[in-house]
Amino acid sequence: MSLKSWFGVLASLLAVLVVAPVLNLMVPPDSVFHMSDFAVLLIGKIMCYAICALAMDLIWGYTGILSLGHGLFFALGGYAMGMYLMRQIGRDGQYQSDMPDFMVFLNWKEFPWHWAGSDSFLFQAAMVVLVPGLLAFIFGYFAFRSRIKGVYFSIITQAMTFAAMLLFFRNETGFGGNNGFTDFKRILGITITTPQMKMFLFVLTGLTLIGFFVFARWLIASKFGRVLQAIRDAEGRVMFTGYDPLRYKLTIWVISAVMCGIAGALYVPQVGIINPSEMSPAASIEMAIWAAVGGRATLIGPIVGAFFVNGAKSWFTQAFPEFWLYFLGALFIAVTLFLPQGIIGLVRKFTGHKDGEKA
Amino acid sequence: MPLSTRLFALALLALLLGFGPAHALTPQQAKAIAEGDSDERIAALNKAVADGTADLAPFVQALLDDAVKIAGDKVFVVRDDKAVDAATGAAATVPENAEDVVSNNRMKGALQAAQAALQLVSPDVETRRTAITEMAKQTIDESQLVLLEKAVAAETDAGLKHSLERMRAAILVSSSDKAKRLAAVKSLAESSEPTVASLLQERLAPDAETDPEVRAALTQALDGIRGKLAWGERAGVVFTGISLGSILLLAALGLAITYGLMGVINMAHGELIMIGAYAAYVTQNLFRNYLPGLFDYYILAAIPISFFASALVGAAMERSVIRWLYGRPLETLLATWGISLVLMQSVRTLFGAQNVPVENPAWLSGGVSVLSNLTLPFNRIAIIVFAMLVLGGLAYLVARTRLGLFVRGVTQNRRMASCVGVNTAKVDTYAFALGSGIAGLAGCALSQVGNVGPDLGQSYIVDSFLVVVLGGVGQLAGTVYAALGLGVINKLLEGWAGAVLAKIMVLVFIVVFIQKRPQGIFAMKGRSAEA
Repeated sequence: MSLKSWFGVLASLLAVLVVAPVLNLMVPPDSVFHMSDFAVLLIGKIMCYAICALAMDLIWGYTGILSLGHGLFFALGGYAMGMYLMRQIGRDGQYQSDMPDFMVFLNWKEFPWHWAGSDSFLFQAAMVVLVPGLLAFIFGYFAFRSRIKGVYFSIITQAMTFAAMLLFFRNETGFGGNNGFTDFKRILGITITTPQMKMFLFVLTGLTLIGFFVFARWLIASKFGRVLQAIRDAEGRVMFTGYDPLRYKLTIWVISAVMCGIAGALYVPQVGIINPSEMSPAASIEMAIWAAVGGRATLIGPIVGAFFVNGAKSWFTQAFPEFWLYFLGALFIAVTLFLPQGIIGLVRKFTGHKDGEKA
Repeated sequence: MPLSTRLFALALLALLLGFGPAHALTPQQAKAIAEGDSDERIAALNKAVADGTADLAPFVQALLDDAVKIAGDKVFVVRDDKAVDAATGAAATVPENAEDVVSNNRMKGALQAAQAALQLVSPDVETRRTAITEMAKQTIDESQLVLLEKAVAAETDAGLKHSLERMRAAILVSSSDKAKRLAAVKSLAESSEPTVASLLQERLAPDAETDPEVRAALTQALDGIRGKLAWGERAGVVFTGISLGSILLLAALGLAITYGLMGVINMAHGELIMIGAYAAYVTQNLFRNYLPGLFDYYILAAIPISFFASALVGAAMERSVIRWLYGRPLETLLATWGISLVLMQSVRTLFGAQNVPVENPAWLSGGVSVLSNLTLPFNRIAIIVFAMLVLGGLAYLVARTRLGLFVRGVTQNRRMASCVGVNTAKVDTYAFALGSGIAGLAGCALSQVGNVGPDLGQSYIVDSFLVVVLGGVGQLAGTVYAALGLGVINKLLEGWAGAVLAKIMVLVFIVVFIQKRPQGIFAMKGRSAEA
């Protein structure tokens, strides 16, 4: 990495580790420099989305595989974390039972099999990585082995997340049905709503994002990353020169899914809810647009895109809720028609940078 | 009520033997029905019914309405402050000491039964039909047997007589006379109704029927009826499967053009369907306001209107956005998703976020009853026919017309087509508009069977793509097989696993199937296969 990008990473570390906590916790609420809890929540949420956008960029921008099912991996990570948080509620729920409220409501007497181990943080933390990773591995192995690519792949990933959404909407699958998980009280025994806890989750998310960014940079600059880009540009030639694209595609696909799962696990305790709407096809397509708006095949682009689109969403849904979809729709069209390289491409055009980030 | 039943039977016997002269309600009868112990009142009432007493019906109704007063020997019907003598019908003044006639629940039940019985012998065939249908819904017991006997004897309409005999058999099946039971079972065996099956099932309970011969007959009859019912159920599943399949086909046909032939991933396809449905809604409202006399035929006008509404939007989309993205399928996917969001929000702004009501015209409501447990709704039949017509029209258009020739030419070799003088840009627009217009037709059809709302398209887009992909891109026949196959498989699984699980299984099946045959059921051969 160049000196300049190290400087960028340091600056963002400083912002996450020092500036935000100081502005939120130390500065009195009536000061103009105070950072409200709402802002902390919003930025924390968007940083989770930015991890997804980064994951999307690795698989789409650098490998040329458009996934319309990353929302599923995000939600699976979120549900894995949510299960632990539900168990942490203990007897403080509506019905003062050891079981989560929705299970009491369904008149269940014991936990279904897939809840075994959900009271252990370490076990569920492993699930956050393993469940999306394993699903991605199985799905990806068969799909890449049959050389499903392009639009076909996109459509079956969409079908996959759609099927999962229908499944999670059902009450008897044991994931809270329509309402999902909510009403969390504490994590690792610590109350989840204290300002310190909120700030801790925020900082953790920020560090994860920065960590993934550095990891992605390293990955893309490595030989592995170069093969990925070769696969994107001409898979046939890669095969011809003796590489097996299956392994490369499968590896990056699983990495990308795990990143989304971790993002989901960080998202749930901050936002306080997880439900099947995260698996709707629309949610997955939105992830693609974050990457596209920011600029595909640049690593900083997807992060910028996630902040830009979600910042706009936050502003629109408060100020002009009925215009949000017009804006998002127009953004989709405008970016694909006029900004094939997204915001980063636009910035480069104006600053005259030709090389720069292009790894 | 053993006493009343016996009295009733006696009275009936008298009637059948010709001893029951029809006479008007006498004051004594009215008093007997209105006053006294419940058992006696019911006996008097049933006797009056069996005697065929004239003018009994209004009196029974008045008793049910609690509009009867009694004073000494006189019984009055008091409605709207006007009193008449219950027996003679002459206007009367109610004495100060008149008391209200109170009927307890048991009495009310007897009154209702009497009312039904009176209707069973009504001279008007429609009244009888309603009474019979009403009776068939209730559990009937032996106390009504005499009534039924009388009604069966009097009934002239063959169909109604048949229903009455069925009801009589349902009572006689638990008679104490073995011969009667056997005859009843034999008569019931001809039925194919689910209620009869459950009745026979009840009689087969260990303590209900003890005679082995009757038990055997019961089992045989039950098997026979179940067999008939099973056919009805199977046919029903196949029909709803084909119906769902034809809906999928309509939704996917337009996509078979825009995606299959032109290679455009049109994520706004669902919204084009939605526009067609809203066009049908607008047409319906226009007809209701300006041509109420022709309201039943609005749907015929809605078909071309839906087609052109969606085709126009499609043409505008092609000219403004899609034109610049040919050959970049993933980009068209994102851009058209953007278009779909804009279209959805526009419809919300114009028509509101709620579903709008679209009415079936009278001739599309109702259905044709094929078997006792199988009724085919007309709107479903109409959609199947409509889907076949659209399919035929499209096949003709693509295979036999000049436009079809151009479209095929341009999709196969754009440069060559351009060289021989085909205006390829224009052909693209026409082809895309055609695909969009067919989506509009699908919307028009869907407005007759489901909700019309801004989210309508979203629920069909995944399905439509799967149908096209499963069928094999660029293959009209594949689309047809995939749509009908998915429809029927979905409904078969639904009966076994429930709607949502069936849907999930179908999705998983498709994902697995595409692993095996990435090119769909009918793989395209030759050079264009990789494109």
